[in-house]
Amino acid sequence: MIPLPEPARLRSGDLAVVGVDGLRGRPLRAVLSALGIAIGVAAMVGLVGISTISQAGLLAEIQKLGTNLLTVAPGTTLLGKDSRLPSTAEGMVARIPGVTGVSAVGSVPNASVRRTDKVPAATTNGISVQAARTNLLGALSGTVRSGTFLNAATSRYPVVVLGSITATRLGIDRAGGHVYIAGRWFQVIGVLNRLPLAPEIDRSALIGWSYAAQLGFDGYATTLYERSTNETVLSVRAVLSGTVNPEHPEEVQVSRPSDALTAEAAANTAFNALFFGLGAVALLAGGVGIANIMVISVLERRQEIGLRRALGATRGQIRLQFLTESVVLSVLGGAAGVLIGLVVCFGFATYRGWPLALPVQAISGGVLATVAIGVIAGLYPARRAARLTPTEALATV
Amino acid sequence: MALTPAEPSGGHHESVKTPEAAVVQLDSVRKEFGGITALDGVSLEIRPGEAVAVMGPSGSGKSTLLNMIAGLDRPSSGSVVVNGENITRMGEAALARFRRHHIGMVFQFFNLLDDLPALENVALAGRLVGVPARKARARATELLDELGLADRRDAYPAVLSGGERQRVGVARALMNRPALLLADEPTGALDSRTGEQVIDLLLDLNRMGQTLLLVTHDQHLATRCATRLVDFMDGRVVREAALERHEPWIAR
Repeated sequence: MIPLPEPARLRSGDLAVVGVDGLRGRPLRAVLSALGIAIGVAAMVGLVGISTISQAGLLAEIQKLGTNLLTVAPGTTLLGKDSRLPSTAEGMVARIPGVTGVSAVGSVPNASVRRTDKVPAATTNGISVQAARTNLLGALSGTVRSGTFLNAATSRYPVVVLGSITATRLGIDRAGGHVYIAGRWFQVIGVLNRLPLAPEIDRSALIGWSYAAQLGFDGYATTLYERSTNETVLSVRAVLSGTVNPEHPEEVQVSRPSDALTAEAAANTAFNALFFGLGAVALLAGGVGIANIMVISVLERRQEIGLRRALGATRGQIRLQFLTESVVLSVLGGAAGVLIGLVVCFGFATYRGWPLALPVQAISGGVLATVAIGVIAGLYPARRAARLTPTEALATV
Repeated sequence: MALTPAEPSGGHHESVKTPEAAVVQLDSVRKEFGGITALDGVSLEIRPGEAVAVMGPSGSGKSTLLNMIAGLDRPSSGSVVVNGENITRMGEAALARFRRHHIGMVFQFFNLLDDLPALENVALAGRLVGVPARKARARATELLDELGLADRRDAYPAVLSGGERQRVGVARALMNRPALLLADEPTGALDSRTGEQVIDLLLDLNRMGQTLLLVTHDQHLATRCATRLVDFMDGRVVREAALERHEPWIAR
């Protein structure tokens, strides 16, 4: 004997079942109407995720490279002529408190680097030839991909170290061959890895400071690279131009290469508001779609509503049923969207080799938005359904 | 027995009943829709175990009467007491609760949910009362077995015959052991052979003590099932007659 049912409210578990029951009957329609929400949330999570990952990646890169590198370059005189860094500059800078290393490059005029002497001299590939101090790589925290960097011995001979882009343009991927510079053959003794803080070195062919004199190099540095402790970066920066050229500090340009990367990282998040906006528009459209489908669903299911009412469902239960259905629909779409967005993020992070940083804000915002949209979209249809009297609903057969 | 109805004592709520109380007690019930009078002072009493057939032409107010007793509609004046509960002035929520616990309804066009199999259609009535799904299914299974639909439990309404659908509808109506089973043209959409099966089923239920109220055009259904006939015309009871049913045995 089964006990008599006791008066009770519809259990929350049952409510979810009832909410899903209505969708199960028309799976394609449910999928299509949830698609709008899925696209909106995927756009939000995916796009914001990509910029989050980029930013985290860039910041990690900056962290790794350090923000304590300053570069010094000659500017122009008051009369608009190119100025020069005094030859004492390197030594002076090295004496500033907090400075841990100074290095320099000087551009070698009228020299181009070519693969062979058969290549026309005009084909410079945008590569400059620079004389480099032997401690340059240390000051830039750079590494060689192949071979070695210049040292005191090799600096006196016709050898060259290629920046990463130079190597690519010349079609050389490792140390060992020869290149043709200013009418002489130079042996390639090293190829550098990319230097994000000194991209101009990537586009250079570096030769020894002492050997460069034979190619007409005047011995004046055209760029100084200076490293200091993290705490003294600002104080060093303040006195740098005066130290380099006490007579004409205004003719000295000081810059901090990591600023460019920091700006790039900041620029990445500048579009976040736009992406959120894009996602919000898609979500809004998705919400209207769900409301639409729910209104149709209420019309189609008048008979079911009447029947449930006749069986003893209260207005509240009918309202809750349709509201639940709408929320379930919206949240299903949202869950799919989050999933798609995460796949995009994961793919992007893997492609760039950056750590996967989750756009927590976008995910939680997206999920909350879908619940809210489900409720709002379901409100009117649910009210309509609940307003039907059982007799008029049953009369639609 | 799955088919055993609730004790005639019935309601646990606001009981106003007297010993041997009627299951249905209508007193001068009027119902007006706009300017039209659907029920014009109807008084009617149905006692436990009775099978009453309400007959009359279309528009005579039969369905309005049924809705009134089912708690789907409220009278303009007069009083309606069903199973000891005065539903005349009940609020929406109380009426819904009343329907859940005291009334079983069988419809002309079955009103099964197409998206649910037979078993779930029956169990749905239990779920609305708050019976856990497992228990509701167990009772639904028992009911379907007794109604000869054991092998059709998992079939969807679309593949059931009309007679089978109506039997599922009856099983659903019996789910919560209603004090009163209301049937609105239960054979109206069936051919005569399957209609006969449904008549047999209703007859059996009544013999087991289930109080029945039928609304029908069908003279044959009325005379076979009912113990009393009520003729309706223009919203009034014009004739009442006790019927001699060919009883192989007397249940009570």
